[in-house]
Amino acid sequence: MNSFFERRYVVMGIFIVVMLMLIGRLFYIQIIDDKYLAFAQNNVIRRFVKFPERGVILDRHNKILVQNEHVYDILVIPKQVHDLDTLQFCKLLQLDKKEFDQRWEKAKTYSYFRPSIFEKQVSAKLYNSFQEHLFEFPGFFVQQRSVRTYPDSCAAQFLGYISEVNDKIIEKSNGYYNPGDYIGFSGVEKAYESVLRGQRGVENLLVDSRNIPKGKYMNGQYDTAAVAGERLISSLDIRIQKLGEKLMQNKVGSIVAIEPSTGEILAFVSSPTYDPNELVGRERGNNISAMYKNPYSPLLIRPIQAYYPPGSSFKPLSALIALQEGIITPQTTFFCAGGYQAGGHWVGCTHHHGVTNLSYGIEGSCNTYFCNVFNKLINQNGANKTTATYLSWKNEVNKFGFGVKLDVDLPNERKGLVPAPARYDRIYGKNHWRANTIISLAIGQGELLATPLQMANIECTIANRGFYYRPHLIKGIGDNDVIKPEFKEKINVGIDSIYYEPVINGMQAVVDRGTAAASRIPGIVMCGKTGTAQNPHGENHSVFVAFAPRDHPKIAIAVVVENAGQGASWAAPIASFIVEKYLKDTLSRRPSGINPKKYMEASLMPPLPGAIQKPNNKLLPKDSLKKNQIDSNKKSIKRDSGKKPLPKIHLAALTIKRKENE
Amino acid sequence: MNNQRSFFFNVDWFTVALYLTLCIIGWFNIHSAIFDETHPSIVDLSTNYGKQFIYIISALVLATVILLMESRFFSALAPAVYGIVVLLLVLVLVIGRNVGGNQAWISLGGGFRLQPSEFAKFATCLLLARYLSGTNIRVTDPKSFFVAAAIIVFPMVLIILQPDAGSTLVFCSLIFVLYREGVSPLFLITAAVVIALFILTLLVSPTYLIGVLVIIAAFLIYFFKRNQTMIITVAVGFVLSVVLIFSVNFLYHKVLKQHQTVRIDEWLGITTDLRGIGYNVNQSKIAIGSGKLWGKGYLKGTQTKFSFVPEQSTDFIFCTVGEEWGFAGTLTVLLIYLTLLFRIIFIAERQRSNFSRIYGYGVASIIFFHVFINVGMTIGLVPVIGIPLPLISYGGSSLWSFTILIFILLKLDANRMGII
Repeated sequence: MNSFFERRYVVMGIFIVVMLMLIGRLFYIQIIDDKYLAFAQNNVIRRFVKFPERGVILDRHNKILVQNEHVYDILVIPKQVHDLDTLQFCKLLQLDKKEFDQRWEKAKTYSYFRPSIFEKQVSAKLYNSFQEHLFEFPGFFVQQRSVRTYPDSCAAQFLGYISEVNDKIIEKSNGYYNPGDYIGFSGVEKAYESVLRGQRGVENLLVDSRNIPKGKYMNGQYDTAAVAGERLISSLDIRIQKLGEKLMQNKVGSIVAIEPSTGEILAFVSSPTYDPNELVGRERGNNISAMYKNPYSPLLIRPIQAYYPPGSSFKPLSALIALQEGIITPQTTFFCAGGYQAGGHWVGCTHHHGVTNLSYGIEGSCNTYFCNVFNKLINQNGANKTTATYLSWKNEVNKFGFGVKLDVDLPNERKGLVPAPARYDRIYGKNHWRANTIISLAIGQGELLATPLQMANIECTIANRGFYYRPHLIKGIGDNDVIKPEFKEKINVGIDSIYYEPVINGMQAVVDRGTAAASRIPGIVMCGKTGTAQNPHGENHSVFVAFAPRDHPKIAIAVVVENAGQGASWAAPIASFIVEKYLKDTLSRRPSGINPKKYMEASLMPPLPGAIQKPNNKLLPKDSLKKNQIDSNKKSIKRDSGKKPLPKIHLAALTIKRKENE
Repeated sequence: MNNQRSFFFNVDWFTVALYLTLCIIGWFNIHSAIFDETHPSIVDLSTNYGKQFIYIISALVLATVILLMESRFFSALAPAVYGIVVLLLVLVLVIGRNVGGNQAWISLGGGFRLQPSEFAKFATCLLLARYLSGTNIRVTDPKSFFVAAAIIVFPMVLIILQPDAGSTLVFCSLIFVLYREGVSPLFLITAAVVIALFILTLLVSPTYLIGVLVIIAAFLIYFFKRNQTMIITVAVGFVLSVVLIFSVNFLYHKVLKQHQTVRIDEWLGITTDLRGIGYNVNQSKIAIGSGKLWGKGYLKGTQTKFSFVPEQSTDFIFCTVGEEWGFAGTLTVLLIYLTLLFRIIFIAERQRSNFSRIYGYGVASIIFFHVFINVGMTIGLVPVIGIPLPLISYGGSSLWSFTILIFILLKLDANRMGII
């Protein structure tokens, strides 16, 4: 029955057509379409980032300020767990059964096949005992992580902290940072993020359909190793840093000490401070929110962010500008009858200094003398040119790094304030202000505001007789101790060196026999200036600036103790202890009887706002405490270490914040 | 007699060579698909590739036995074989083991099991050939046609009860046999139109579809305006088409099972669920597509090695071919199949006896259907229907079934000069 013989061709035709369809389709997906190859690679290749160790930071004598510590996360793959001795397991990890069950459920909910963290940040000690038994717990394994640790718990605001990146940073970083990464958030950690973080490595692993790693892709051909972050050598001297923090405990304020010949910051104390270790580990979240809520703002970096009127500590600078301008000579005298009549109002002086020359004016902190100098200076081109003359005076002040940013190597530095003429135009009307209108500037008051760093930097300049180096905190980067070129640049402030000696004479007299005589250190010639910064919100701030020794100065220092009253009573002794420690590595009683221990123990924390505010009638600084210094020091120590007086003071830190908003 | 000179006298060695090539390709690809580092040897019996080796050896023994048998037995024993298979198909519904939702397996112990539906294929071919080669039987006669259809449909009914839709559909391929023996081409055309309409109804709104059909019908009636028979045919066809279109919705949702409809939806792109229903096909396409021209090399396919494609040694074995041997490999395998199909048709056509020829076409149709559906499924050309790739997929029953199918034909062919 072969009558349908020709139908074989139809059947064969159908076979051929169908086969061609299959072949055509295969040709398309195998040869033409490239996406499947990419899909296949996405399926199996997983990029695992290998995180480098963050760079360690040392002090100037190679003592460790911050390093890395290894903690251990315990991970579990529920599918691989069998015959688990729960009791033993819990005992080793110090968990109770309930906690164990919770975590176990959580891990199972996450994934049966993929590892998830069972217990976070187990300490090395706990891990060691657990590790010996690890083989008894199939399905559990350990992953090492490194966290920051601070062996001396000091210099918190300088070091800053690291924190998980937020969405904004991720977006800005062009894909460098991913959720879960850490980044320096403040302090040196932020300023030197790019060198501290090191270089991440990549490991390409092959995974199977359950995402379980099965080996290296191409034998690791495309893998890169992680390169640890650079080691930083800080200019900080941990001895005086720790001493400073101890002296400032239970006080609000800061200490900045700088080596004048290099600009290296030796001490960077911001008080109240905190233990940087509190911002690491499991309690970090609670601790940081408590710090944010703390009214004394421990996170504020006071040396570069807090504003204080320099008060009398400004007088040497004022004198230098006048000398350079030729307004006065060291021999110029003014008569002090206990005050200065500035147009309609009277600027009082603490004493009747009588005939006062420059050195004596500084030694006695004579307001009359400096008001006269300032008046003469501003009026040198005639009263109707006040604005222009003031502007040039302002520029000269700015050259000292006052009223401009010093570009210290920390983020969020503030520039202080030397008001622009426009400001006075606004207040008094254009050309309606004269030298006497702004006479408070002569004595470091009025609108002048400086950060403690700026105050210390002015002392550096005086110590160097005319120049400074940008203050900085990192003096060497990496194994080759690279220093940034901008920190090697000598910055001249435009005052001839011959003018410094008379000023320095006065400053030496301040310590030898003047307002700060109680803080004199035997064997060290220290030149300084006290200041009592008027604080419209409460008790005056105690300010002291100094450098030592007089010849070949090794340290310049600024100390501010908020709401502590006169410069001589708090800031000057504290500065003297730091200077002594740095130069002689000892700590001793002053001949005047001042005992460092008492300063460490004293509590001067200003009362919190909301309390009754004492009406402020102290228009003028009164820091020229020449007589009965010892007595008054004793008195104030007694008062402050005893019961607190009635709350009456507005908090300076809050004031600062308010000012920032302006 | 002549053919007693040797067991293998007159055997078509070309077909045997193709058969062996496919078996070996299968064995190596199974090795790759489920490669186990702790048992690397390809003949390690604790693994499925080791077992496949046993299956191949036993299939060769089986082939030898078939070649030793008297060729007239096949025709004579056809009803008995058919009867036994039907019994097994009933039996499997009672005592069968349920694997993957199908009650298709009879356990033989020792890890081996039998799938009666595989053997139903050659049994049906044999009986169909025997019936159609009978004297005075013309498939064009309605009575003969219905008997022939019944022979095909009966095992289908039993298999769909398991329910193994894939194996059931295989029997539809026997329409080629009927066509070759004289059934009107309308059957093929109707089958094609039904499938096309079914798919189109799922994709296009019925209104548009009927509109297009009206235009086509009008055009055909105008074309055949002198031929009344054709006009009636077209009219009836049109009405039936419309009825089909309106019944698709019912068929689709009431007759087909949900696991079948979701596969069809996924295939047609009505739904896209690459993590669920579409996972297999997507991963399978990735495996094949990533092979490019020359493939990734033996045992080097990442999709294969890291088990991204489920069922990779059985229904999705073609992925391994595509991934590790590339387009070169897939083209080669398909060309071998095409050669085998043409060789079988060539053999069938040179038979003097109708029985042998009809049987030959049955073999070709079944192999063709398996290849088309299996390969088509791995590249997303047809919906997922779980049937093995002949001689390549892992599994004893399937391998034996195809061995029996082919070697009965070769035995009949070796004896084509003799009298049946």
